[in-house]
Amino acid sequence: MSTQNLKIAIVIVCLLALLVLVPMGNSFVVLLATRAMAFAILAMSLDILLGFTGLASLGQAAYFGVGAYLTAYLANYYGFGLKWDFWLMIPIGMAVGGALAALFGLFAIRATGTYFLMITLALGQCVWGLAYRWNSVTGGDNGITLKGGRPQFGIDLTNDINFFYLTFAFFAATLFALYVLIRSPFGKSLLGIRERELRMRILGYNVWLHKYIAFIIAGAFGGLSGVIWAHANGIVTPETVVLTTSVDALLMTVLGGAGTLVGGAIGSAIVFGLREYVSTLVPWWQYVLGGVYVLTILYLPSGLMGIPERVRQWRNSQKKRETTKMTTAPSSH
Amino acid sequence: MARKLQSILMGAAVAVGLAVPAVAQENELRIGYLAPLTGGLAQTGIDMRDGFLLYLEQHGNKLGGMNVKFILEDEQGKGDVAVTKAKKLVLQDKVHMLIGGVLASTGYALAPVSTELKTLYIPSIPAADDLTQRQLPQFPYLIRTSWSSSQPHHPLGQYACDQGYKKIVTIAADYAFGYEVVGGFQKTFEDCGGKIVQKIWPPLGTKDFGPYIPTIKADADAVLSLMVAAMPAQFIKQLRSAGYKKPVLGGGTSYDEFVLPFMGDETIGDVSALHYSAALDTPKNQEFVKAYRAKFGKVPSYYSENNYTTAQLIDETIKKLGGKFTTPEEFIKTMQAIKLDAVRGPISFDENRNPIQNIYIKKVEKKKMFGYDKDELWNTVIKTYPNVSQFWTYGREKFLAQPVYDKNFPPCKFCE
Amino acid sequence: MNTQFWVVQAFNGVSYGALLFLVGAGLSLIFGVMRIVNLSHGSYFLLGGYVALSVIWITGSWALSIPIAVIAIALVGLVMERLFLRPEGRAKNIRDALIALGIALIIRLSLGRLLPQMIPGQIGNIVQVTLVVAIIAVPIYLVLQRISAVAIEADTLRQVLMTVGFAFLFQQAALDLWSGNPFDISPPPALTQSVSLGGMSFPLYRLFMIVGALVIGILLWLAMEKTRMGAMVRATVDDAQMARGVGIDTNKISMFIFALGAGMAALGGVIGGAFLGVYPGLDFEMLPIAFAVVIIGGMGSLGGAAIGALLVGLADNFGKALFPELAYFTLYAPMVLILALKPTGLFGRD
Repeated sequence: MSTQNLKIAIVIVCLLALLVLVPMGNSFVVLLATRAMAFAILAMSLDILLGFTGLASLGQAAYFGVGAYLTAYLANYYGFGLKWDFWLMIPIGMAVGGALAALFGLFAIRATGTYFLMITLALGQCVWGLAYRWNSVTGGDNGITLKGGRPQFGIDLTNDINFFYLTFAFFAATLFALYVLIRSPFGKSLLGIRERELRMRILGYNVWLHKYIAFIIAGAFGGLSGVIWAHANGIVTPETVVLTTSVDALLMTVLGGAGTLVGGAIGSAIVFGLREYVSTLVPWWQYVLGGVYVLTILYLPSGLMGIPERVRQWRNSQKKRETTKMTTAPSSH
Repeated sequence: MARKLQSILMGAAVAVGLAVPAVAQENELRIGYLAPLTGGLAQTGIDMRDGFLLYLEQHGNKLGGMNVKFILEDEQGKGDVAVTKAKKLVLQDKVHMLIGGVLASTGYALAPVSTELKTLYIPSIPAADDLTQRQLPQFPYLIRTSWSSSQPHHPLGQYACDQGYKKIVTIAADYAFGYEVVGGFQKTFEDCGGKIVQKIWPPLGTKDFGPYIPTIKADADAVLSLMVAAMPAQFIKQLRSAGYKKPVLGGGTSYDEFVLPFMGDETIGDVSALHYSAALDTPKNQEFVKAYRAKFGKVPSYYSENNYTTAQLIDETIKKLGGKFTTPEEFIKTMQAIKLDAVRGPISFDENRNPIQNIYIKKVEKKKMFGYDKDELWNTVIKTYPNVSQFWTYGREKFLAQPVYDKNFPPCKFCE
Repeated sequence: MNTQFWVVQAFNGVSYGALLFLVGAGLSLIFGVMRIVNLSHGSYFLLGGYVALSVIWITGSWALSIPIAVIAIALVGLVMERLFLRPEGRAKNIRDALIALGIALIIRLSLGRLLPQMIPGQIGNIVQVTLVVAIIAVPIYLVLQRISAVAIEADTLRQVLMTVGFAFLFQQAALDLWSGNPFDISPPPALTQSVSLGGMSFPLYRLFMIVGALVIGILLWLAMEKTRMGAMVRATVDDAQMARGVGIDTNKISMFIFALGAGMAALGGVIGGAFLGVYPGLDFEMLPIAFAVVIIGGMGSLGGAAIGALLVGLADNFGKALFPELAYFTLYAPMVLILALKPTGLFGRD
């Protein structure tokens, strides 16, 4: 078995384990897993930018928020998306997320590094500003409550377990779709851009267009996660699009390991675990969360998924140290 | 590979295993308490918790003879987190009841959970009118021990009218709670012949009122403000230093004891309304204030009193039920029949499961109180409207026939 | 809407801008020198306010609270920069020791009541906790020494994320140390008055903010333009590599600027504390606005920060007064446009 296949096998086994084990837990566990997975879609969408294109965005919550607000707005004011038309809401949410990214991309893609971070922050804040103050549409600080509950189309999604299965399906589908994307020639060129932008440019690649398309795809999946998040929560507030949501997504991706896809999911699981599970056990969970971030950034730059690699490096350096010791020892005689 | 798989599965099993329900003890009352303990609302959550725990401590950790298992969860000031934690409390800890939440939106998020899980929910702070008004039929397991947003502000509108104010400008935080407070005030004030001539809505969390203060109409007789959390102190300070000299009225949270100790002398003379004042001059309240202040080092806010009284109400209810928790339905029926002389004054419940209670019109004064040796700001009660219901004098049916107070209801007929 | 309305609104906008300048200037300088986006800048603002409050409670002096808060937070910034963002030599050992202590403290906390109190009394308890933490910390320290952190100096993204981690830690620490009460800083009574002019009244405190920001701005400008240190800072902003090449100790410059930036944010926190209050959440409310200032004005430029602060202050004020529903959009949309057209801001240099 090649390492690549082994990794795929591990991911599939983990997914199956989730699918089997989570519904065995109580509704709290189910709910927690659902929330973490819905957010994991956002983190994975960000990974397309951060891990595979080398663009650190501080505005990913914008697409998440647009997807969520649109879902809540249509459901509340038009009753749309609460029956079988929920399935229409998915492509609509993705299209809107993608369209917004297509607009924002025009402004953002030219920038690189820290400037990209700044301009995406500004774009994210624009969306937040509208969500927070455009009361007649967004309900301002009250947000929009989905009074109609979750969709019902033969399958009753108000049941937490059914909703878990649905979220799981979208989570797995996103993972699969993004995996196919990064393995495609397009994904390979994205990686090339991340590693050596100048070389790719000389080779005749349209770097701007590659980044732009990646940006739109990330926006589309951000929109998808927003649709699911709206139904998972039952309420959409400006909190959904606030700066810290974007920061969360970024930190989760880095925590799990950027450029690994599943890293975002692992990061999401850990952050939600700390925030909503560990916080039921101890009151000082925020120190653990902050500490985990600082430690990961210091010691595990490639995130938790990078641990095996780090261990290997460490072992090699130890070996090297020992061999140098052995070679230098006799000469000291 | 196999070993890796095994360890992963074991890890997952441990994670799920941790969530095994706790073993229930005989005659134990399990209370699931939701309050924000981190983030911007943390101090409100702490005040709430302290109030409840003070009562428990004074009564040997027993309510109605049952041993209390108090399980506190940090809802982080977010409705969605509150829902997650509520489900944890009910499904994992098997609590008999959920108490708490701060924001109206949290109340609206938790109430359906109580319906879904058939668990008693006591919103001990969330004041959204419709929880116990038009939407009550959806929440059969809910009984409120605090107040509804418009409840104290109906009398305040009447009071303002009685003072001879003809034209008033309202400036209130731009969200549902602000709408309901202003709506209640406007209804009674205009029914009595007054005119609301302008409504200003700064966003929730505004601290720099520079853009809003200059727009206040100069020909109004007074201003009604509704501010929350860190907003009140800055608003009144900036309003007065901008040279505004006319009277200022306040909604409940503009001057309550959560903010008053941190406000300046420019607040002296301002009038507000609420169902509690720490300066309420009764022996019961004096005892409460002293005990609370000795223990926690600060004057109790209405957040503290409401939760202290919630504990007392549960105590009385369980006593009536014969020292055991039977069903949520029976609990609610019993509690609804209780008449209690609480710290805030007499409490009973209306048929919509919201308290009927005194509303106090309070004036900020700097003075010594309850034997404390320093001059401090206190909310002196200058008028008491006894036994006020959430429907004021309109009667339940007539009141519920009108829509819930909103940004545009009652419409601002006299605004230009 | 008459002239009076416009004059008062403009005055309010300018005074808010003055406060924003104090916050933005530090952020801008830090970016210019270190090329990192410091997401804990809002925390310095909040912590500055809290330290000032403590000083006022103890000494009763508002005037004294300003220098103490500024110095204290400058030190916090200094420590963060020296130990975590640009660690060198022995600083790394101190950093590892600090982290080991932190982890040990958390382990001690999780053990909780599993560990019986063996030394009696209140002081005994403290002694025991200290001992336990120290004992746990030693092996962790030794382990940390062996695995060693991955160099962070060259990786701006990781530095940025590190500052967020700290922002979260500061947030919780502030809540635990100062509680979450909505505090307010009271300036001396003389500053709470207002002056009347042409039928309008102008709060003295807002005037004080404008004058204060002007004075600080001029002092900083003089320091940057007329002193050797300032020349070295400017050289580092323009091209750090070149500056190193001609023998400027850019490492020392970065340390100095980080402390200065943190101190300025704290100054903003004290002055703004009497105007916005001091309460949990203020940190993340100020952060994006500070960014707007820096982005519009241009990163690394003092004059840019001043213009940016003025523009943001006015845009914020008039946006809220004239287009309430678009209030924040009118603040951030120009920021996007400027960035898209000139990524380095109005006055920034590449």
